[in-house]
Amino acid sequence: MSGFLSLAVNGQLKEVRAGLTDTLLTVLRDQLLLTAAKRGCNQGVCGACTVLVDGRPQRACLSLAANCEGAEITTLEGLRANKAVVRLQQAFEATGAVQCGFCTPGLIISAHWLLSQNAKPDADAIRAGLCGNLCRCTGYRKIVDAVTAAAAETAP
Amino acid sequence: MNDLPQAVGAGLRRIDVREKVEGRAQYIADLYRPGMLHGAILGSPHAHARIKSYDIREALAVPGVQCVLTGDEFGDHRMGAFIKDEHAIAKGKVRYVGEPVAAVAAETEAAARLAARLVTVEYEELPAILEPEDALRADAAIIHEELQAYFKVFDAGSHANVCSRTSLVQGDAAAWAACDVVVEGDFTTRPQAHVSLEPCGALAEPEASGRVTVWSANQSVFRVQANVCESLGLPMSQLRCVTPRVGAGFGNKMEAHVQPIVVKLAMASGRPVKLILTREEDFEIVRARHPFKLRAKTGAKRDGTLVAREVEVLLDGGAYADDSPGVLGYSLLMSSGPYRFQYMKAAGTLVYTNKLRFGAFRGFGNPQVSFAGEQQIDEIAGKLGIDPLALREKSMLRAGDRWFGGAKIGSNGLAECIDRVRKASGWKGRGSLKASAPGRKRALGAACTAHISGLLATGAIVRVLEDGSIVLNTGAVDIGQGSDMALSQICAESLKVPVDRVRLASPDTDGSPYNWGTTASRVTYTTGRAVVAAAGEVERQIKAHAAEILECDAIDLELRPGGQVGIVGVPEKAVSFHQISARAHWAKGGPIVGTNSFVYDGPSVDPKRAVGIGVPFPQIGVFAFGALVIDAEVDEATGKVEVLRAWSAVDVGRAINPVSVEGQVEGAFVQGLGLALNEEMVWDGARLVNPSLMDYKVPTSLDVPYEINAIIVEAPEPDGPFGAKGVGEIGINVVPAAIANAIAAASGVRLNHLPLTPERVLRAILGEAG
Repeated sequence: MSGFLSLAVNGQLKEVRAGLTDTLLTVLRDQLLLTAAKRGCNQGVCGACTVLVDGRPQRACLSLAANCEGAEITTLEGLRANKAVVRLQQAFEATGAVQCGFCTPGLIISAHWLLSQNAKPDADAIRAGLCGNLCRCTGYRKIVDAVTAAAAETAP
Repeated sequence: MNDLPQAVGAGLRRIDVREKVEGRAQYIADLYRPGMLHGAILGSPHAHARIKSYDIREALAVPGVQCVLTGDEFGDHRMGAFIKDEHAIAKGKVRYVGEPVAAVAAETEAAARLAARLVTVEYEELPAILEPEDALRADAAIIHEELQAYFKVFDAGSHANVCSRTSLVQGDAAAWAACDVVVEGDFTTRPQAHVSLEPCGALAEPEASGRVTVWSANQSVFRVQANVCESLGLPMSQLRCVTPRVGAGFGNKMEAHVQPIVVKLAMASGRPVKLILTREEDFEIVRARHPFKLRAKTGAKRDGTLVAREVEVLLDGGAYADDSPGVLGYSLLMSSGPYRFQYMKAAGTLVYTNKLRFGAFRGFGNPQVSFAGEQQIDEIAGKLGIDPLALREKSMLRAGDRWFGGAKIGSNGLAECIDRVRKASGWKGRGSLKASAPGRKRALGAACTAHISGLLATGAIVRVLEDGSIVLNTGAVDIGQGSDMALSQICAESLKVPVDRVRLASPDTDGSPYNWGTTASRVTYTTGRAVVAAAGEVERQIKAHAAEILECDAIDLELRPGGQVGIVGVPEKAVSFHQISARAHWAKGGPIVGTNSFVYDGPSVDPKRAVGIGVPFPQIGVFAFGALVIDAEVDEATGKVEVLRAWSAVDVGRAINPVSVEGQVEGAFVQGLGLALNEEMVWDGARLVNPSLMDYKVPTSLDVPYEINAIIVEAPEPDGPFGAKGVGEIGINVVPAAIANAIAAASGVRLNHLPLTPERVLRAILGEAG
């Protein structure tokens, strides 16, 4: 039922064992111990499991591991040296956009993608861009402020 | 210069956040132990049934299964915060759909889940009670046959399906005769799910010594210890409870979820066992906010002076008491709102039903009673033609007054809260607000509130290490609200050291002082007080050393910023914490440790002022106050309500970390928005039909206004740490009421039933019964 897969994760090829129904999220977390992506609902709603697949945000809980062979998978752990991500992380920290932090890794990936598509989003564009990531703690205002601040630092 | 604040009052970056933004923070699901098994549970398909027999053979045959447990393997031990009515796992009976009846530990999560489904349980179905009124019928099936024999921590008045009864009366009912206007109504609120982004879970590991260590998503390692040990019949010293980072709680993780089952699985298998609930299980088996059915009546004089109020509550507690008696008692205590009444009566009945337990949820019953009370204040204002905020100001409680029941109010910033929201919202010009489109009506709505912070026991240990750095250990679990930072700031400020000189020990029942929990808006206020006192003890010891080193009297010494102590008026005479602590460790006096612990003992009811029966907590806390104005628009063609802006002013005594305070106010507001407008757990018969985030909608970034304006008011509490009191809950209390008041102002309809869905609003506008 399960076989070996070769996944390109954070720039390295990793050999993992996965069955046909194992999700990318399970493999990342349980086998590669990359736990920044969280299982919040396992149904593709909360966005806490968001990772980049070939550069685009994707729900790791809805992605079958076997379908990810040959793709470039990037988790938050793999973006430590990415300046745009670091700016976002610093902005989240400075504006108080983090409370429990469970949604934060997914939000930062989504915000990173948003800024890569729209360098200077206004508050409404940020709200629209992040509406697939649930946060139950902050009320979103400080998250919007954080993304605005990070964008202001980046854009000319 | 020595008195300049270094830490308290500054919106410093939180110490727990760097690891969170980098994805390194470890929550319960992120922990793995060598040889770890995975747990799974089987839930009951019936709401009410007797368990006749189990067959676990098929489950045991699944490859990788290490142990299968049913109620037969658990002794007859019961847990409960107020009434000890709950086994670790169903035993003899099941009382709600989803209640755990069997548990499995296996090598993989998939094997554990498969095996759990293969446990066969034979049931004898019993009539299910799904509505509180049905629980009270004379011929109702009895949910807890042994109710009379259960241990109770207060005089609950339990009988049949009545879990507890509470009443509180103050003043003379003759006051009704003095009322020129009386409003009366029935109100209902619906169950709300906490939806902490992190589902509940636990990991237990047997130690070679025979003890067990358990990590779990929790709001109190000490409540985990008490609940597991009570329900498994273990001595508390056998269990060590620790905590990873917690992905929010809101009340959901205060009392037990799966910790007792996971500990039992670990003991039975001899291996570490981890069990993380699915989102569906988290909805179905943990707990939720109480649905309230209440009748309220409020009277006032022609000049707007509030005179009398009566509130009667019927509360559905679900299958187990959990925190329900507390929620009933607290909601009654809060049902007066922050006002003076000549006569005030509140009474309630809490019943068992065959639904999952309802329990603690941010606000703890206050949002539900406020939904009624704060609408009635507006109704009275409308009938008398008085500005609703002015009417509130006329009868509001002030510092030094007594709360309903007799508790003395220390500080009270309500007048300033009202003033600030009135100015910020442009309240006086509200008549000229323009709706965004034809067919829409727009108005401001207001409401006021108070909330306690306090309750029960807490402690702090401040240790000065050899190098002069400081470790603070309180046992208080930061569930994301920022208490680790607030307590560090309080400690740093007390000792005049930079905040990064203070590190927080992780809560651990072996090494931390007792802390009842992260609940009741209490950590900053109660634990903060203990930190100030423990730091004061450290200061005394440091000064004793310094006096010997500097050859002076300790009374002539002062703490100087940066971890120094010196002689007042002699700048060059100083000695560092490092020097002092090294001396204490290696030469004289012994390591410097400051400790403090206390139990909050301000009485909730003064028998000379009020008559309380079945009051579940004799001591309560200090009072925080708040005022809220909402700018809302009603689409009269669809009934949809959109909140455009909000101003939420909260008197927190002193904002230890203003950014964190704003975060609490904004987050509570949005959780209240969900409660007000759309969140509702829905049952089809006995089965919850929306236990998923697909079907149970919590607000997204597009569902909330950007303009949620948190306004901090500071009326210092005399015994609070640097004047602080709590802020965790107060921001949610009157969101539904203020929105309902805005709808009434915009469209002229009163809505007494939550949530304020488009259908309900539209029916009211069309004159149909909601």
